[in-house]
Amino acid sequence: MGGFARVAWHVMRKDLTVEVRSREILFTTLFFAVSVVLVFSFALVREGRAPDDVAAGILWVAISFAGTLAMGRTFERERYNDTLRALILAPADRPAIYAGKLLGLLLLMALVEIVLVPLVALLFDAPILKYPGLLATLLAAGTLGFSAVGTLFAAMLVRVRSRDTLLPVLLYPITIPVMIAGVRGTAALFQATPDEPMARFWIGLLVFWDAVFVTLALWTFEPVMTE
Amino acid sequence: MSDFRRLLVTDVARHYGRRKALSQISFSCEAGEIVGLLGPNGAGKSTLLNILATLLTPSRGTVQYGDRTVRDGGAEVRAQIGMLGHDLFLYPELTANENLSFFAHLYGIADVPATVTAALARAGLSERGNDLVSGFSRGMRQRVALERALLHDPNLILLDEPFTGLDQSSTAALVGRLQERQRAGCMIVVATHDLDVADGVLTRAIYLKDGRIVGTDTDTHNLIDRYRRVIQ
Repeated sequence: MGGFARVAWHVMRKDLTVEVRSREILFTTLFFAVSVVLVFSFALVREGRAPDDVAAGILWVAISFAGTLAMGRTFERERYNDTLRALILAPADRPAIYAGKLLGLLLLMALVEIVLVPLVALLFDAPILKYPGLLATLLAAGTLGFSAVGTLFAAMLVRVRSRDTLLPVLLYPITIPVMIAGVRGTAALFQATPDEPMARFWIGLLVFWDAVFVTLALWTFEPVMTE
Repeated sequence: MSDFRRLLVTDVARHYGRRKALSQISFSCEAGEIVGLLGPNGAGKSTLLNILATLLTPSRGTVQYGDRTVRDGGAEVRAQIGMLGHDLFLYPELTANENLSFFAHLYGIADVPATVTAALARAGLSERGNDLVSGFSRGMRQRVALERALLHDPNLILLDEPFTGLDQSSTAALVGRLQERQRAGCMIVVATHDLDVADGVLTRAIYLKDGRIVGTDTDTHNLIDRYRRVIQ
């Protein structure tokens, strides 16, 4: 395994081991995401029928809010015992450390989405089984773009006292293109007659934003982490 | 990069806005030396250690590791630095074995299992390697943290208040381990308040006050008297 991949793998494995032992981030994030979906269902579902075209928006609101919670916590952990300094001091590729943190976050978000998507389908009559492959690709691409920026900002803000407030303030405006593409693409798949070409168009746009955000994050992580 | 055998700090300053955390810091450290940074709280000891560890960039001045600076050394310089902070740089949710293995992988050590086994043995924790660090006493954690800092056999060892919270036997073990690294030719820089422990262990004492060097001593016996004379 190359140096970059080796470091990223070990950082991700370490994060997942810590999470398996504490289950802190997964349970908190999942509970929060499910609560968001349930609150929307209490507000919008009348006589067992949900309004048209709301499922995609609710799904992405839950994913983005839950993701923000998880991002903050993954770097918060590195503040305990100052392990972030130990990571930065290691002669490893610093972008590989970022990649490892991002991969760990993506796996956690995937677990949250595995619960969240069927729940949204159940409560809002979303047809998730018509194009499961496209829906999975759309969710993966959207989550990657959102998490790539979020992981970078969470790392930047780890030493800032008001980090919990600043993270969403910085993250949401920048990830608006990802959110729009995610919601529109998902809505195209969730409508009564799914619009496959439209979903593919939004997936293409998401892949473009993913490439932009991941490249920028890998490039800026090192200067951001050193004073 | 060849192993560096000399650390040279020249006219280093670090400012946070208008506040001067460090000014006009110059000193050197040779192989086999244990240099103590002594001074009251806020004297700039930790800031200086962070600069030496490449974690902070000086506002002015240079730090040379042999013939290299961080600017032209980067990861190669960091590969020869081992740091033990006041916080221990360990994950409490991981076992001692997992902590050491993780950092061994980050440092690109070739035979990770053998290195970790040897490190646990040196820490006297061979039997506790699979126990979570969160269940360890302060002294045990400190021993694991020191071995974590020394895993990659660094030339320059930086320690920030390493004796805080340790009992007598843990302190003696830590001093013994540092002297062993000193005999192996490592450069060791220690920031400490524990003058009674550092007494006679240091080869040189550098006294810091308000971010400046206010004195140096090559005789480090009766450190408490010398410290009072220079600092107060």
